[in-house]
Amino acid sequence: MRRYLIRRLARTIFALWGISTIVFIVMRLSGDPAVLLLPQEASVEDVRRLRQELGLDEPFPVQYLRFLGNSLRGNFGESFRHKEPAMRLVRLHLWATLELSFAAFCIATVVAVPSGILAAVKPNSLYDHAAMSLALVGQSAPTFWIGIMLILAFGLGLPWFPIGGRGTWKHLVMPAITLGAFAMASIARLTRSAMLEVTRLDYITAARAKGLGEGRIIWRHALKNAAIPIVTIMGLQFGALLGGAVVTETVFSWPGIGRLAIQGIYNRDYPVVQAAVFTAAVFFVGINFVVDLLYTLLDPRIRYE
Amino acid sequence: MSKRFPPLVGFSLFILLTLIVTALFSPQVAPHNPIRERLLDRLLPPAWDQDGDWHYVLGTDHLGRDLLSRIIFGSRVSLAVGVAAVVVGGALGISLGVTAGFFGGRLDEVIMALADMQLAFPTILLAIAIIAVLGPSFANLVVVIGISGWVTYARIARGQVLSLREKEFVEAIRAQGGNQFRIIIRHILPNILSPLIVVATLDLARTIILESTLSFLGLGIQPPTPSWGGMLSDGREYLLSAWWIATFPGVALMLTALSFNRLGDWIRDLADPRLRRTELR
Repeated sequence: MRRYLIRRLARTIFALWGISTIVFIVMRLSGDPAVLLLPQEASVEDVRRLRQELGLDEPFPVQYLRFLGNSLRGNFGESFRHKEPAMRLVRLHLWATLELSFAAFCIATVVAVPSGILAAVKPNSLYDHAAMSLALVGQSAPTFWIGIMLILAFGLGLPWFPIGGRGTWKHLVMPAITLGAFAMASIARLTRSAMLEVTRLDYITAARAKGLGEGRIIWRHALKNAAIPIVTIMGLQFGALLGGAVVTETVFSWPGIGRLAIQGIYNRDYPVVQAAVFTAAVFFVGINFVVDLLYTLLDPRIRYE
Repeated sequence: MSKRFPPLVGFSLFILLTLIVTALFSPQVAPHNPIRERLLDRLLPPAWDQDGDWHYVLGTDHLGRDLLSRIIFGSRVSLAVGVAAVVVGGALGISLGVTAGFFGGRLDEVIMALADMQLAFPTILLAIAIIAVLGPSFANLVVVIGISGWVTYARIARGQVLSLREKEFVEAIRAQGGNQFRIIIRHILPNILSPLIVVATLDLARTIILESTLSFLGLGIQPPTPSWGGMLSDGREYLLSAWWIATFPGVALMLTALSFNRLGDWIRDLADPRLRRTELR
């Protein structure tokens, strides 16, 4: 277990280093932010001075080493545009993204797991077909389009929910459903097939033969053994939510780090993009790590050497 | 039909066939020029609306361009970028996965660490950042979208190769002094292809949606060339006055992705009958 943890940690650090390096290179290739930040009539001298101020006139490797050293300390520099530490901006926006992702994840799980189980209990029934067709639709519709359709139906057609911004719980409803739709569909489909696989096994037949109630068999005996793949996909989907948040936040003007990163990319605000992407990656990697550890709790047979 | 195909498979095949035909023969199929603007006819609703006009079956957009024709031409962008990206991602992923599985050792470690690294990255952010830097050309889109998907191919290919490597027939060829590269091309690849075809089919749904997402964010194929994502982005500005602009291109997108997803599932069930009873029918 110890060795596994160390190896796993090494990989995680390697991944985070690689990600920040790629982002560093990509953002530096994207042109000169000094030109973008200054008004059009700025002189060559102005541009030169600003470049010096931002540390952009130094050789590339020097910039890179300084970037690495600073990012280890969580310091990604000051936002070019907002004149504030980039990490501070990210922290201010992080809560909104976590709130949205968490809400989306809860909606997805609460709807998907029972729907998947019910579909598995009565395979090939009308309910099964309806639920799984709906899941296929949810998996196939682009996130941003689901958002637009919700706005059209429940923001404009029936003005039940605000169409953008963050504030009351009402603001959260449509973005959370939009963001959660894909995860919901994936979790429902996987829950169904995991349950079907388990309910075919002998110990379930034995439980039935013993005369246990069907409800008890499904919820206590079958679900426990179907839990591993379900938890795996839930972990993966929670990670994927962070990516989907970029689009959802844009559609609903949700003030999270996804939207912050997109605006940063458009404004070539390197420090903000780097800080946002790095933070998202830390969360993603962390969640996968937790899921791996959860396995050992769910199935004591799994031991990491 | 439903006796021979499971539900939705016939439908999916029909949708994809229609899509391919309209993409190949867009100029013949489309009723109008997709980029000609007619401001007099702007924001006309679909034909069945009381203000609609059968001249423009799905209505017109804010510049008076025929929506149906734009959807028909838009299928070209989606299919071209989607298929090309699958080829790029598949080729890269399969080469790396086979290499990792066949040779093992350090090489395997490095490739799999790379895969982990990519999985730890919100793909869409990477794609947006790179496209914003390099500019939204066809080639850039294909490469970025393709590379964003290589990991799945690599993992599946690697897993398959790991189990094949130990099989007697590979051993036998090795014993006869078969060349490594030849073993991979002639004997390993054909045997691992069927799960990879499933991955590729499902990946098409992903690449097409990612392309539309980038277009929606203004980073796809640039106007006036019609693309579904770009049309949805236009339509978003006119939600109050013209719901149809933001609706129909999305329906086209969803049907396309749904058909590839359904078809992929179906091929998987065919290829692996053990799963047939459990997977979605």
